[in-house]
Amino acid sequence: MAIPARRRVADVAAFAFATTATVFGLVWLAWILWTTLRQGAAALTPSLFSQMTPPPGATGGLINAFYGSAVMILLGLVIGTPIGVAAGTYLAEHGRYTRLAAIVSFVNDILLSAPSIVVGLFVYELVVRTAGHFSGYAGALSLAMILLPIVVRTTEESLRLIPDQMREAGFALGLPRWRVTRQILYKAALSAILTGILLGVARIAGETAPLLFTALNNQFWSSSLNGPLANVPVVIFQYAMSPYDEWHTLAWAGAFVLTAFVLILNILVRLLARKGNQP
Amino acid sequence: MNATAADPAELASSPRKSGAGADRAFQLITAGAAWLVLLLLGGVAVSMAWGGRLAFKTFGWHFVTGKDWDVVGGKFGAFVPIYGTLVTSAIALMIAVPVSIGIALFLTDIAPRWTRGPIAIAIELLAAIPSIIYGMWGLFVFAPFMAAHVEPWLSGHFGNKPLIGPLFSGPPIGIGMLTAGIVLGIMVIPFISSVAREVFSAVPAPLKESAVALGSTRWEILSRVTLPYTRSAVIGAIFLGLGRALGETMAVTFVLGNAHDLSASLLMPSNSIAAAIANEFTEADTDLYRSSLIALGFLLFVVTFVVLTIAKLMLLRLNRQLGRTH
Amino acid sequence: MTRMIIALPLAALLAACNNQGGNQASTSSVTQVTGAGSTFVYPVLSAWAADYKSRGGADINYQSIGSGGGISQVKAGTVDFGATDQPLASDELAKSNLAQFPIVIGGIVAVVNIPGLEAGKLRLTGPVLADIYAGKIKTWNDPVIAKLNPGASLPGADIAVVHRSDGSGTTFNFTHYLSQVSPTWKGGPGEGKTVNWPTGVGGKGNEGVAGYVKQIPNSIGYVEYAYVIQNKMTYAQLQNSAGAFVSPSADSFSAAAESADWKNAKDFNLVMTDAPGQSAYPITATTFVLMPKQPKDKAKSDAALAFFRNALEKGQDQAKKLDYVPLPAPLVQQIEAYIAANVK
Repeated sequence: MAIPARRRVADVAAFAFATTATVFGLVWLAWILWTTLRQGAAALTPSLFSQMTPPPGATGGLINAFYGSAVMILLGLVIGTPIGVAAGTYLAEHGRYTRLAAIVSFVNDILLSAPSIVVGLFVYELVVRTAGHFSGYAGALSLAMILLPIVVRTTEESLRLIPDQMREAGFALGLPRWRVTRQILYKAALSAILTGILLGVARIAGETAPLLFTALNNQFWSSSLNGPLANVPVVIFQYAMSPYDEWHTLAWAGAFVLTAFVLILNILVRLLARKGNQP
Repeated sequence: MNATAADPAELASSPRKSGAGADRAFQLITAGAAWLVLLLLGGVAVSMAWGGRLAFKTFGWHFVTGKDWDVVGGKFGAFVPIYGTLVTSAIALMIAVPVSIGIALFLTDIAPRWTRGPIAIAIELLAAIPSIIYGMWGLFVFAPFMAAHVEPWLSGHFGNKPLIGPLFSGPPIGIGMLTAGIVLGIMVIPFISSVAREVFSAVPAPLKESAVALGSTRWEILSRVTLPYTRSAVIGAIFLGLGRALGETMAVTFVLGNAHDLSASLLMPSNSIAAAIANEFTEADTDLYRSSLIALGFLLFVVTFVVLTIAKLMLLRLNRQLGRTH
Repeated sequence: MTRMIIALPLAALLAACNNQGGNQASTSSVTQVTGAGSTFVYPVLSAWAADYKSRGGADINYQSIGSGGGISQVKAGTVDFGATDQPLASDELAKSNLAQFPIVIGGIVAVVNIPGLEAGKLRLTGPVLADIYAGKIKTWNDPVIAKLNPGASLPGADIAVVHRSDGSGTTFNFTHYLSQVSPTWKGGPGEGKTVNWPTGVGGKGNEGVAGYVKQIPNSIGYVEYAYVIQNKMTYAQLQNSAGAFVSPSADSFSAAAESADWKNAKDFNLVMTDAPGQSAYPITATTFVLMPKQPKDKAKSDAALAFFRNALEKGQDQAKKLDYVPLPAPLVQQIEAYIAANVK
């Protein structure tokens, strides 16, 4: 029994559209990645990792930016992760059916999608103005505030996925609540929680806007967090908008390293997730 | 390393050691963390509102409707940044929604099974690319492409048509609302498509199978079974994507043109709230100027809040439909 | 295993945080001075800073966030010095207890991106420039422009105007000049670090404007001369108040600077645009440094002053190499006396 032509045409059209849409998405990905690689290739040399940001017209590297970014991301992680995991635990465990948890969960999602520039402004007013100077601490704090809701969300969701039988088994053995959470639940949800943390790191590694107002940037090497600190996104921003060709190449090279870092993290996340799902 | 392993016998024999005290402490810590999250968001919202109060007091409602952004004369109106934000986000959605649903259909129905994983990862990598790289690529590669090939064609073919003519007129400078909208659309695709893909594959097989048994084509299954069933989740995902597009700063700053001009043409530059703040905040030297920029941030915050509330409500309805109690 | 993954980065982080304490104790001679402001002066300030550091001086970290940003950050005390192309009036300086002195002179150049047109081949006058930026002259082959450029083949394309999106002393000098030569501009957008631009797109910093002009065909923008030379951009000749068409160059900037009356400018509050003189370039500008008179960190303030003194006395060759105009010797002496009297 043949399907009428009209319906068949609609089906073929849908098939064609879906395939085109996928190709469309993949084309952009390839174009962007290819551009980043090609433009930055000239600067992808070892000196990228050994020399500092140069003044206009000279060549150099990005090592002070890599260092500053690494330190601020780590510090943001150290600040944001414990708070995030603790809050997520509350939402999934102790506060599971309370009104507070519902409100916090909702509010957390707002914070999750808050424009990062608003977070930067908040930290500027709170920390930079009060301290009287830009600092890596302020930068790390704004990154922590962007990381926090991601960690809360994934912790809450991964803890909820654990069947209640596991909790009941722990109680049946006489374990107090905190031990059940720490020794049973966290262990079971570990890979999922790590996934969330890694996704958060991938997100904050590329954030520029909040750092503009908090850590500013630094032409020189600085190992002090208490002053302006060079970082990759702001350096890319400054160099990309400049008219100097050497700076452009450096900006693309920095962009390539940043993208590669984030992509590798994402792939790691996927591998971890798959491992975690295997019993 | 193995000291923390749950050894039932050992743990059961020491219930007094870890008693109600530690439990209480743990509960306080976690509850405290939850309150901290609440406080932080409240703090951000309040500080935005507080910082913007001078602007709201000076201009009242005209702040939202005013078209002037005159720093010299001290007159600020948010209309142009709001307009630019909304238009670029609308263009982004117009591109991202059909494409994402198409990708979701492809990945759940059409693609050979062994390709589904890699292609899904590839699409989600679009979300992993830092937004500043979208901006750089947009400014140095995509905008010249638009200026050389696409925009002259658009203004040539549509520039003098009756209704839509004004939308496509103007010099082909490459940067502008259309280019920014397209870049934003690409950024938003992975957000919508990943949720769509998940919920499409969560549609109960019996539903789809009965449709097949009745002789439906693939398209009919999508439009008459899958989409209606997952409607709430998909709309929720669309709103999440919208939230992302509204708040995007760096990509837009590079390709929107930072012009406080109201223009009907999509080929012309404009301004967005986030780009205006990023560009002008460090140099705002009067209290009113700074307050106006913070007020802009507050408005963006409010818009994001509203959009997300709608998204949440949609998702809540879907969860109820699927029988989840929370 | 998990513990090791967590412990290693934490240990590295602790080392990084502690390093700052150690750094300040052992290498106390390497002070970090932070400055912010004008993008106009950025190329030469960062070259001076790199040179100063290589000769054992302090780290002078200068970030170009725009003149407006420099002024507000130094007023807020978040940076040790600010740099601005728009001088502050004495009462504003007194209110924030700031000292102000010039550091370098340069020119603001109209740059264009007209396919086929070479540098220095386009002639414009002040009023025509004002009308282009006002949106009154819309295409390159407009009769007014054509009359100034007989023999040049100007396209019929729309002029894409590029201005600054951020607060800028460069904009201030540019619009101050436009207000001087065009009454309609003066009554319209007027002058300021940001104005209500009638048309065009905004680029961030001198860098952003240069970048846009290079990208967008048939565009016009205004940037500092160093950006023009570094990037081999196509500049236009401008007609000065004596009626001659002048190309931007160190000589034409010097000619303008020579006619400036520094002796009578309190706190050096002087804008040099539309200077008299046959070979003077009409949009010549000065960059000023702002520093607190009673700094909260004396060590950093002294380090910054040492850097500036060095730049004023020994850095002028480097400035010339980057196509800025060194300050005339009597002005340098005037500045040194001012600093000694004002910054404690």
